[in-house]
Amino acid sequence: MSDDRLIGTNHVPKDLIAKITGRARYAEDFRAEGMVFAKILSSPVPSGRVRRLDASAALDMEGVLGIITADDVPEVSGNAEPILTNRPLYQGQPIAAVAAVDETTAAEAVERIQLDIQRLPFALDPLDSLIEGGPDGRDEGNVFQDGEVSRLKWSQAEMDRFEGEAFPEDLPVTDEWSIGDLDAAFAASDLTIEEGIVFQSQTHHPLESRSALAYWRNGRVHIHCSTQSVSQTRRAFAGTLEMDEEDVVVVGEYCGGAFGSKIRGSLTDLIPAYLSRKVGRPVMLRVTRDEETAFGRARPGFQGWIKLGIRSDGKVLAVDSLVIQDNGPFGRSGDMAMVGNVMSLAYQPEAMRHRATPVYTNTPPRAAQRAPGGLQAGAMVEPLLDRAAEELGLDRLDVMKINAPRGRARFGPNQNELTSAFVPEAVDRIRELFRWDEKKEWNGRTNGSKVTGVGVGYAPFVGGSSGFDGLMVVRPDGKLYIHQGIGNLGTHSMLDTARAANDVLNHPWEETEVVWGDTGKGLPWSSTQSGSQTTHAHTRANHATATLLKERLQEIAAMDLGGSPADYDVGGGRVFRVGSPGTGLSFAQAAARAMELGSAFDGHELAEDLDPMTVHAVERIAGQGLVAAAKDNYSHDGSTWSSVITACVVEVDRETGVIDLQEIVSVTDCGTVLNPRSLAAQVHGGVIQGMSSALLERWAFDTRWGANSNRRFYTAKPITILDVPSRPLEFAALDMADPETPVGARGIGEPPVGAGAAALVSAVNNALGQHVNRTPITPDKVVALLEGARPGYRRMQTHV
Amino acid sequence: MSLVDILSADRTVSRRTFIKGVIAAGATASSATYLFRSPAMARAQGAPGAVERLVTLNVNGQQRRVDVLPQETLGMTLRYKLGLTGTKFGCDRAECGACSVLLDGVPHYACSLLTHQVRDRQIITIEGLASPGGDLHPVQQAVYDEAGFQCAFCAPGFIMAMVGALQVNPNPTREEMAQALSGNLCRCADYDKILTSAMRAAEYTRLQA
Repeated sequence: MSDDRLIGTNHVPKDLIAKITGRARYAEDFRAEGMVFAKILSSPVPSGRVRRLDASAALDMEGVLGIITADDVPEVSGNAEPILTNRPLYQGQPIAAVAAVDETTAAEAVERIQLDIQRLPFALDPLDSLIEGGPDGRDEGNVFQDGEVSRLKWSQAEMDRFEGEAFPEDLPVTDEWSIGDLDAAFAASDLTIEEGIVFQSQTHHPLESRSALAYWRNGRVHIHCSTQSVSQTRRAFAGTLEMDEEDVVVVGEYCGGAFGSKIRGSLTDLIPAYLSRKVGRPVMLRVTRDEETAFGRARPGFQGWIKLGIRSDGKVLAVDSLVIQDNGPFGRSGDMAMVGNVMSLAYQPEAMRHRATPVYTNTPPRAAQRAPGGLQAGAMVEPLLDRAAEELGLDRLDVMKINAPRGRARFGPNQNELTSAFVPEAVDRIRELFRWDEKKEWNGRTNGSKVTGVGVGYAPFVGGSSGFDGLMVVRPDGKLYIHQGIGNLGTHSMLDTARAANDVLNHPWEETEVVWGDTGKGLPWSSTQSGSQTTHAHTRANHATATLLKERLQEIAAMDLGGSPADYDVGGGRVFRVGSPGTGLSFAQAAARAMELGSAFDGHELAEDLDPMTVHAVERIAGQGLVAAAKDNYSHDGSTWSSVITACVVEVDRETGVIDLQEIVSVTDCGTVLNPRSLAAQVHGGVIQGMSSALLERWAFDTRWGANSNRRFYTAKPITILDVPSRPLEFAALDMADPETPVGARGIGEPPVGAGAAALVSAVNNALGQHVNRTPITPDKVVALLEGARPGYRRMQTHV
Repeated sequence: MSLVDILSADRTVSRRTFIKGVIAAGATASSATYLFRSPAMARAQGAPGAVERLVTLNVNGQQRRVDVLPQETLGMTLRYKLGLTGTKFGCDRAECGACSVLLDGVPHYACSLLTHQVRDRQIITIEGLASPGGDLHPVQQAVYDEAGFQCAFCAPGFIMAMVGALQVNPNPTREEMAQALSGNLCRCADYDKILTSAMRAAEYTRLQA
């Protein structure tokens, strides 16, 4: 078609002006007439039972409007997380919430609530709970198995095996899968590596806390919140509130970071909703940074073992993995399963066994955090391939390439197939772009007290779902309005995926408006903005919808100007006769005609397979122009994953233990590139976040009281601008289309995190000539290593 | 203990004690309440101690009259009384820089300034950078041209820090720019692109001069 395709070109996101002038409104920037303020009474103990809660003194205070407790919100069953509780399972869990005319009054009212809470035994470390006689994180038990909470205990002998020097072959676990003949694969291996592995839990800490505003009007609830996904949040809220979706309005125009902690908003977003209904005023809940540490979600940490069987040419033949997941108090995080899938995909072993157990602890609740399981795999396991390369006398990139998934590679317990993978090409590209052969010689080079390390790491992660809806309308002003149910969390997918429609219609971006953020405007059913699925899912949905829109334009033109639809083409804001472009209709004219024609042209008749949310969205705009709504019914044969390989140069100061990042280069296989600059941001941002995890982030609990000391940025500092190399980061994208999706694009948000962590750990190992297998690699750990105190498999003194 | 006593003490008073102390003294409040008591309640308590005052602030080139409590921070006044929500609270504890504004051209954390302390100073927020006609400030234009930031919650604070930094050193190296911006966190870790935006901002600032 034309060379003016928008896909693949940079554009400045249309919302950037609002962001950089202060006009963009995040949840807490909204106001409502008569707004009052909420403060939360949270649990002072990590595990407790409320014996008595007397709010009379609080309610007697002037300016206090009301209180909600667990009795005012839905009960939950099983291991689900309640909005408010009388049985807190982590310190900081919300017990009640008070509304008052101002925040100081609300806070004082909270102080005046008389709370008699029975302190109960708690578990901070999964191993403390697994040992016979140890405390259980929940009343019903300490693990989750076969769909319910149950109890699993290890004898001292079993715990000794887990904490010992050798890979534990045989331990009771809740989950296990295997493929191939593990014994034969290890027997055929020339090198066996066994390592204890640990990865720390870490708080998401988005810069914007999850403040929320809610009010009720004519039976509808309006909730302004910070959320990754808009349409899906609306459905989730409606479910919890037991209301029709139609009566729930979600406003989430800008989300100041989330990284998985606000996939469908947050449970706490409903606290102002329930309070507002009770007191009859709009309620604003401002969430503090301390509260973000308590209930703002965290990544589950792991403790476990890896055993790899590797052939002399570097091919991984066997993987035997064991992961004990620090699960927090609720649900069951998918990290423990995902880490198995990632290893299976990344190393393509002939045989694999993966054992895992989620253990409940009375620590902050968990949620997926950018590459759940994937970051852990990158940091814990990728560096072991460095050891293998060294012991076998092989080049690290050769080892990476021989194992890398390619084509329709298989993975996991069911050996699912990928849609495509071009990872060997990515290995070749990083070798060239980073000048690997030259720079790997820098390992161990000293400069005073500093020593150079060069490392590389590979990480795959999921990147695409399908089957969601698109909605767009050409209005009588001649513009194309693309409605996105996608949230705006800063990845730019909300805007980039719209451009798939522009390419189908050959339509100028300047004549396009994207409608998003407020479900009241009529937004279609969308994927969640998680799992890096949006780029794939919504280029497809918008492609399908634009294709339908084009057909309608062609039909209208044929109707009015003669001939058949196939005689017409669309472009530049017109539908025109092929070969005689002067004959045609402008978009504005076509819109007016659609409104005259009604039925399938202006949204009054719709396809039957649309999601009810989309149907209701169309009802808001039916009759206002040429309306097209379509479901993505394109075939999607296989599982969609993307990959990143990152190489870096670091300098480690052997006297202080400080690690200095000097150069970072990445290559990505993520299908067709939508927007090169946004892609670079996702890759570099993810890589730096992964390095932040590997260098800095962890918790430190007071084991006596179960209190987390990392409450704010001062004690939980993420990576800063001083830590990134002053030399600009580089990257390249293979830009090789995925064949199972029309636009060819796969997601990218998550693969970089594991690659960044892996590269960092690899580089530090190479610098020190030692093997660090525990993150975060803080300066004290480096110094301890160099002094010969090797952190290994033993239980830590402090739970971090 | 009056506010004056607290402020002139040798800084051993913790923030928590300070705020509680003022509450106990029964601080009065202004009309557009957010954090603090309504006037009716304050009057009912016959509050001794700290008193609210109607002050004039110089914000974005305008004289703004506003009721301000002694313990009110500039961030609170800007966001909740003056409708200037571009300045963000990321931590409210001087740990993240999201609330950065310019005070006589120097970047400061609005969460950690008492509004009363800055009555005589020139305050510029993110809303005050573009011209009244809507033309972007050179720093904003540079950010736009480089498509800086991702979720952009940190953007107003970073941009104000860039403006302030470039007034002092209009020709920084990339390392110097990073030093100047080290008071701002970006959790999306867009630092590489932010630095590139800042270096372009330096170029545009020099061109304009």
